[in-house]
Amino acid sequence: MVVATALLAFLFYSATAILLAGLIHKIVQYSRAPSPLKIPVTPAPTTRTGLALRMGRELILFESLFRSSLWTWAFGWMFHVGLFLVFVRHLRYFTEPVWGWVVLLQPLGKYGGFVMAVGLAGLWARRLLVDRVRYITKPSDHLMLALLVGLVGSGLLIAYVTYTDIVAVKMFCLGLMRFALGDLQRLPADSVLYVHLLLVVALVAVFPFSKLLHAPGLFFSPSRNQLDNPRERRHLAPWAARLGYPKEK
Amino acid sequence: MANFETPQLGKRLVTPRIKRGATSHLAPYVAKPEIQEPLGYPGELVDSWERVAIDKLGEMKGKYRSLQVFMDACVSCGACTDKCQFFLGSADPKNMPAARQDLMRSVYRRYYTLAGKWFPKLVGARDMTKEVLDEWYSYFFQCSQCRRCAVFCPFGIDTAEIAMAAREIMDTVGRGQKYANEVVGKVFKFGNNLGLPARAIADTLESLEEDVEEETGLKIRFPVDEKGAEVLMVVPSADFFAEPHVDGLVGYGKVFHQAGISWTFSTHASEGGNFGMFIGSYENMQRVSIRIREAALDLGVRRIVFGECGHAWRVAYSFLNTLAGPFDFLDPDYPVPQHICEVTYDLIKRGVLKFDKSQNDHMVLTFHDSCNPARATRMGDLPGGQFTFPREIIKATCNHFVEMAPDTIGDATFCCGAGGGILTDELMEVRVKGAMPRMQALKQVVDTDGVTHMVSICAICKSQFSKVLPYFKFNAKMNLGVHQLVSNAIILDNRNGR
Repeated sequence: MVVATALLAFLFYSATAILLAGLIHKIVQYSRAPSPLKIPVTPAPTTRTGLALRMGRELILFESLFRSSLWTWAFGWMFHVGLFLVFVRHLRYFTEPVWGWVVLLQPLGKYGGFVMAVGLAGLWARRLLVDRVRYITKPSDHLMLALLVGLVGSGLLIAYVTYTDIVAVKMFCLGLMRFALGDLQRLPADSVLYVHLLLVVALVAVFPFSKLLHAPGLFFSPSRNQLDNPRERRHLAPWAARLGYPKEK
Repeated sequence: MANFETPQLGKRLVTPRIKRGATSHLAPYVAKPEIQEPLGYPGELVDSWERVAIDKLGEMKGKYRSLQVFMDACVSCGACTDKCQFFLGSADPKNMPAARQDLMRSVYRRYYTLAGKWFPKLVGARDMTKEVLDEWYSYFFQCSQCRRCAVFCPFGIDTAEIAMAAREIMDTVGRGQKYANEVVGKVFKFGNNLGLPARAIADTLESLEEDVEEETGLKIRFPVDEKGAEVLMVVPSADFFAEPHVDGLVGYGKVFHQAGISWTFSTHASEGGNFGMFIGSYENMQRVSIRIREAALDLGVRRIVFGECGHAWRVAYSFLNTLAGPFDFLDPDYPVPQHICEVTYDLIKRGVLKFDKSQNDHMVLTFHDSCNPARATRMGDLPGGQFTFPREIIKATCNHFVEMAPDTIGDATFCCGAGGGILTDELMEVRVKGAMPRMQALKQVVDTDGVTHMVSICAICKSQFSKVLPYFKFNAKMNLGVHQLVSNAIILDNRNGR
């Protein structure tokens, strides 16, 4: 088990490094590319507060998706809310003492897994059953769903069926957080747990190379995050400013 | 009438099952070298164009954050797939927004992402080939850049941005579209999209003055190139002579006359439209915009007002200040530029304009929100003014107004089907199929409320409707502009127009 523990520790660090490097690269790339023109989809807010509310509604309620497809919204929203709750519950394994708000919210995480599972099942069914969605589906879309279903499935198994030595897992995670590689807690000999952890590693590592980039993309989308004030302010990108403009008479 | 089937209108709009390749045979005429070159593009497909196209894509995603983010952010959730009028009318799956975007995304992935370089099949990445170019040339011209998909996308991915970039890339490798590029060239040469020489515009306006005097008994002026006028009026050139556009232009003149505002057209900037936007060319869009600045400076006006033209209003409202500003030489009490509906609405609120609504009693009216004003601009100070201003004007000028179904108006409006540079005869099949959802919504209010006429504030909408209404067994003349209603009903008691 020493080897398995060491290997997983190595994979966790590598995946995190890939995630951070990849995500930073993407965020820098998005930040560097200017928006040379004002293109908010209107009606758009004219004040900062209005803008924060618009982005907030998109981020938390998936407002646009709600307008476009109730089914996709319902399953997608369930999945993401479930994911959030499960994520919060998992924070317990990485913090000591556990933060107060995590203590407060974490009991809900117990059901989050089921909510995620229903959401994923619905989204996958849509992909298979609706001819339009099937048409735009790539193999990688199925693969991502398979990865998430595996992750949720193994998690639910651990939580409700096979159980595992959760204290040992927490010690292992805390060791990772403290870079205490010398005396890292050994992971329990539990194959379902290994599957679960390996899938986590895969998800983290693949993030910056996959459609999971929709998460940072939401914040950088000019059609959503711009103020509607083009008559009040010029919006000149550096490269456009360098063009000057054709000579006046 | 045509070698294709006009979509059937039913009781309500139905999302079709996909029909692969249904409109893959359609593409616009290719621009000849003499059309390409004045815009700064090669006349024919350049050597190793694949490389040039890939590099241009790389350059553009570095210059436009929208393109870079939109290439990455799609999760193919399918929310957009039943939102595009061209898909709803044609059933061709490549007209679904996500699939249309994927035509470019597949190439982006192949050359600019690790996943696409290593596992092209897995993520749907493709080499840039002649087949891909031909597909781009077909389907990026079956998009009217109306932004309806962007309203419904959870990430705001806007196919218009992608279609514009695709057209710029195609222009760069020497595969330009004849219609749009020819129009841009005409603006450089003549000052307007239609290639009307200055003399012709002056003559047209002169005879228009005579007609209006005959009708009203008043000397209502339609001035050209008058220095020192307060307002520079910039209109789509179709307003000078096309039907029903010109009746709206008469309305502008009556509004200015009654309000006592001095105004003028400019022959240097005798066009509000700007097809530089349709082809995604910042440089050409700026060159076209700059004429308006020049005209305003030259004539010494204090305000700039745009007529009824949808994409012109987008370029004017959203881009003009950026492209050709600052406009600090104009009157700071007015936004730059203004829409004619803002001017008229304000005059109504202040009690300057009065109407005899009964003049429009022979019609039951509905309003078609044009895509560009609806989803890419505003009127007035409050978000959504682009919806209320024209409606308030309509209601002030008529007694019978009915809305179409709520999911077909406002920011969910369906495009008329020929915006974005596809208002050309060889694309008639695209235009008719793209018009279907709007025609469907119209049919419902015709059947239930006895609507006789549809009002809009866009020159392209008006031209498109005149052409496609008969395909759906409607009268081509049931289509008019807001300022035609104004023209019909306005009470003119200002004798000398001062």
